[in-house]
Amino acid sequence: MDLLSLAVKSVFIENILLASFLGMCSFLAISKRIDTAMGLGLAVIVVQTITVPTNWLLRRFFLAPGALAWTGIEPLAGLDLSFLTFVVFIATIASMVQLVEMTLDRFFPRLYQSLGIFLPLITVNCAILGGSLFMVERNYNAAQALVFGVSSGAGWALAIIAMGAVRRKLRYSNVPPALRGLGITMIMTGLMAMTFMMFSGIQL
Amino acid sequence: MHPLLNAFDRVRPAFERGPLRPLWPVYEALETFLFTPDHTTDGPPHIRDHLDIKRYMITVLYALIPCILFGMYNAGVQAFRAAGAGPQPFGPTFALGARLVLPIIITSYAVGGVWEVLFAAVRKHEINEGFLITGILFPLTLPPTIPLWQVAAGITFGVVIAKEIFGGVGFNVLNPALAARAFLYFAYPAQISGDRVWAALPPGAALADGFSSATSLAIAKATPAGAAAAAHLADAGLSWRAMLVGLETGSIGETSVIAVLLGALILLITGTAAWRIMAGGVLGLVGTAWLLGRLPAAVLAAHPFLGLPAHYHLLMGSSLFGIVFMATDPVSAAATNEGKWIYGALIGALTVVVRAFNPAYPEGVMLAILFMNVMAPLVDYLVIRVHIRHRRRYLESFARA
Repeated sequence: MDLLSLAVKSVFIENILLASFLGMCSFLAISKRIDTAMGLGLAVIVVQTITVPTNWLLRRFFLAPGALAWTGIEPLAGLDLSFLTFVVFIATIASMVQLVEMTLDRFFPRLYQSLGIFLPLITVNCAILGGSLFMVERNYNAAQALVFGVSSGAGWALAIIAMGAVRRKLRYSNVPPALRGLGITMIMTGLMAMTFMMFSGIQL
Repeated sequence: MHPLLNAFDRVRPAFERGPLRPLWPVYEALETFLFTPDHTTDGPPHIRDHLDIKRYMITVLYALIPCILFGMYNAGVQAFRAAGAGPQPFGPTFALGARLVLPIIITSYAVGGVWEVLFAAVRKHEINEGFLITGILFPLTLPPTIPLWQVAAGITFGVVIAKEIFGGVGFNVLNPALAARAFLYFAYPAQISGDRVWAALPPGAALADGFSSATSLAIAKATPAGAAAAAHLADAGLSWRAMLVGLETGSIGETSVIAVLLGALILLITGTAAWRIMAGGVLGLVGTAWLLGRLPAAVLAAHPFLGLPAHYHLLMGSSLFGIVFMATDPVSAAATNEGKWIYGALIGALTVVVRAFNPAYPEGVMLAILFMNVMAPLVDYLVIRVHIRHRRRYLESFARA
């Protein structure tokens, strides 16, 4: 029940894109077309699902203060490697993205083709790193980390897909010249975040 | 010829080519408002239909008249109640209500109208009748005590941010009236939520002792554990019959179910609003409320609001007003037939979800509609994709045969 409420919370209530405004750059750039938005959304879900639990493991067994106690080696047990958190997390994310890319290329070439450049771009998506850092900050346990990974990715995907559909509609709009493109998208993102406030405060 | 028409024709050149050229949209709007325009479409395709935007919007305005008139009367009734005066005769009550409500409506039309004219003049498009509806729907969603400067700020946000910068009528993603209300709701919550704002006072009168203008939703939500929400409402004088008539506190236009139903009847008979959205909305609302009522008895005893009979959700608050007048806005709603069902049903369901689970907001219909406004293009896209897939399969079945 706790996990279910965490999932609902991270998809709707604390949507990583519309409440924390993470991953804006690729959100604004890729939401132009709805099919690529769907592809990227899917890829973010996959990567987020892999990296958050992986980073949880790394933190639990290497980075957290005293995490190396499991080795049984006395001098390592007292070590605090948490200053390496950012570097390690980014390295994990980059290598996981590579791994996903190679797996897709080998086994699902059609999906790989359709995602194209967006797969490597996920490495620099702040929502991915942000997800891992939220996981640290909120002290999730293993199961929570997994659920949070899946659902925060799903929340991001929901937002970008909805935006893709809205921008499809906006393509025919008579927007003032100064606001065309990014300007109106930014405003639309703000309005969208306002509508997502419907969920803020829901207690499960 | 009609003398007024003569006057119009006399000043026409000044607006068309002369010094008053920037004000042409105003002239055009006034002329077409008063007379049937004689110009025809220049380029093909030509579709002959009596139903243009003007006819469409004015029908919605007619459908709103019961709500407006009842809203005025009700504002008067509540004001006398708040002052501790007993029931008054119809005349003075209605006059007081009109005195309270008309300034809000006039402010909304005047300020919003200025923005419309400004954008029409600068962007060289015609003033559209869509604003007639936005300008009246917005005040109907406000409490009668709202400060007029907030009405002005709200309609400015609704017209400029939610509509004009997207290109005007027909291009907006969100419903402008609701966006305006949501703006006020999040920017100035003190004047638009709580238990104090829902009844205005007659001029010079003081608030009667112990009077609370809590709305039916707030009363139902405050039901103590173990009691039945419906009985708690009835104790406060709000039986389901009373809420059907709607002489209760609330936003100006929302309280009377009968007035809203009259409007809905007009919209449905003339085919102005999509019946699929209304039907979907009512089904989603009642269905979700019914499901909540099937929760285990222990849960229902602890949270009596969840056990409220499903039809009460239709009677309380602005759910029906929202579903009939706001959700059916053809621009911001889903456009495909299946999409309309989904869109309506989700609005109804989300409304009940917010009412039941979100202690931050008493009423959910405004945010539910805005949320589904954002999701409507996605719903349409998915519906069309499913259609395409079905047809392709159908065609391929011939190819294989």
